[in-house]
Amino acid sequence: MIHSKRVGRSPSHDYVAGNGLINRRALLGQGIAIAGAVGAAGSINGAAADPLVDEPWSLEFGSVIPPVQTPSPFEKNVVRSLSNPNGEFRNSHARTPHQLLGGTVTPNGLHFTICHCGVPNIDPAKHKLVIHGMVRQPLEFTLETLSRYPLVTRTAFVECAGNSAPMFSKVPLQTTAGMLHGLVSNSEWTGVPLSTLLDEAGIDPNAKWLIAEGADAQQLDRSVPVKKAYDDALIAIYQNGEHLMPGNGYPMRLLLPGYQGNMNVKYVHRIKAVDQPAYSYFETKNYSQILPGGKTWRFHFVMEVKSFITHPSFGLNLGEPGVYSISGVAYSGTGRISKVMVSADGGKSWGEAALQGPIHEKAFTRFVMPWRWDGQPAVLLSRAYDDGGNVQPLRAEFVAKRGEAVNPVTTPLAFPNQHYNSTTSWAVDSKGEITHVYA
Amino acid sequence: MFTRKPFAIIAFVLSFSAVPALAQNAGLGKPLTEGDTKQWDIAILPDGTNLPTGSGTPAKGAKIFAEKCSACHGDAGKGGIAPYYPALVGGQPLTNGIDTVKTIANYYAYATTIFDYTRRAMPYNMPRSLTDDEVYSLTAYILSLNKLIGDDDVMDAKTLPQVKMPNRDNFIMPYPDRL
Repeated sequence: MIHSKRVGRSPSHDYVAGNGLINRRALLGQGIAIAGAVGAAGSINGAAADPLVDEPWSLEFGSVIPPVQTPSPFEKNVVRSLSNPNGEFRNSHARTPHQLLGGTVTPNGLHFTICHCGVPNIDPAKHKLVIHGMVRQPLEFTLETLSRYPLVTRTAFVECAGNSAPMFSKVPLQTTAGMLHGLVSNSEWTGVPLSTLLDEAGIDPNAKWLIAEGADAQQLDRSVPVKKAYDDALIAIYQNGEHLMPGNGYPMRLLLPGYQGNMNVKYVHRIKAVDQPAYSYFETKNYSQILPGGKTWRFHFVMEVKSFITHPSFGLNLGEPGVYSISGVAYSGTGRISKVMVSADGGKSWGEAALQGPIHEKAFTRFVMPWRWDGQPAVLLSRAYDDGGNVQPLRAEFVAKRGEAVNPVTTPLAFPNQHYNSTTSWAVDSKGEITHVYA
Repeated sequence: MFTRKPFAIIAFVLSFSAVPALAQNAGLGKPLTEGDTKQWDIAILPDGTNLPTGSGTPAKGAKIFAEKCSACHGDAGKGGIAPYYPALVGGQPLTNGIDTVKTIANYYAYATTIFDYTRRAMPYNMPRSLTDDEVYSLTAYILSLNKLIGDDDVMDAKTLPQVKMPNRDNFIMPYPDRL
């Protein structure tokens, strides 16, 4: 036993930062003992276990296997948070409950959805994708013809530019990681490179922009640089191995890895090559930001490097003191996550978290940091770095550059501004209760 | 970069020859003419490209607005009956804060956006039911309410792109290299 060789080693060697952060290789089968736990047998509180008995489900024949399986009834609380549960005549959001999920792939039923005019019910046999404008030959594609191309598969997060917007509040809102950050999700997407279709249509070299438009009631449209189309854009037709969910663009969507969610036009039915951006409603108003002093950003496409802790977090209070894993997701719209640092003392000291590979560019990477909670107050936060040298800004530096909302933010459904990528801090009190704080 | 795709490699190699690129494509797209796309081709560019024929005035727009728009946007566009429907008139200075409500008068860069979005998405319950003349009139009415054009100004394909929006020159691009 490797661990037996470590008996007698000072536990303090395995702490990598203040307030109980443990070397990331501990607990991961790489031969480093858990700090302070070496030699301890079983639970530290020593409570007696109940005698083992056969439970009812192990004594009877199980239920019929359904054609499409759904989660256990015991998982009934693992649902998206709805902004418009009664279907009022306005836009609707459904937020991913990150605090109840693990790994990196968002289950299709829990991928975030924003629809500005309801979810269209599209017959895939009648849906068309047209490419026209500054091209040699306008072309029409169907789901069937797109399926005949050599498809490519990649993992990518999609994040609404307004994700985490309640963090612009001067006062931290007391709500879950899913309510704060639930407008980002991560999937494996399969589709046809948009560049293949543009080449087939013969795009004019003078075309610098594409107007991508959906088949929804508003025919939502966004201007996309041709440069992005030839970098890594897809017309996606599968999401985690099945055709897209209706709320995520069925039967096809534009996928622009790392760019504002709204630009990843769902139900895409038309792409027009043009020589100038359209200044469509959504790029004119919603997805453009006011900066301190009154200047405004336009064409801020990139969702910048970011991370947040999902476990533990608001709503997941701790029980007894002892070992826990601090875990969360990190991602960058410009590349791969290179490092995530975690602090348990509000940013005074930091330890490097373990990253769960494979690490894809422009996709979720889960980080894990073993932690021994000693029952005293702690403040947990994470900070992500990407391979382009970008660093997630600490709150003070972010606020200095981007500002805070002047008016009180009374609901996590509000969007006082956009493109928030600073840190999220969770305070643990001596009872193990968790609140949202700014550190 | 999808540089390892078979088609991309073929296209790259043959781009140095005189062979037309079309010969190397999958050829799965069904050819259309630009005429076939007419009903869908509704995006208006800020220089006025693709604006349709027709025209409208604020006075005509006021009548249409009262009939088809005020139920949500309020009388004279002053604000929604419910909080979800935005006011179409007025707006605070953007120096008030990063959470200042964005409006046509304090934010939009081009007046063509009003025409485009009204035609594609409004009324919310009957999108693309307005005639082009109605959209020109509604656009003219909204612009006149905001004092961005005169009460008697006619909006058409020529005049609409010439309307100067107050915030147009206030934008900066954080990532110009990505265009």
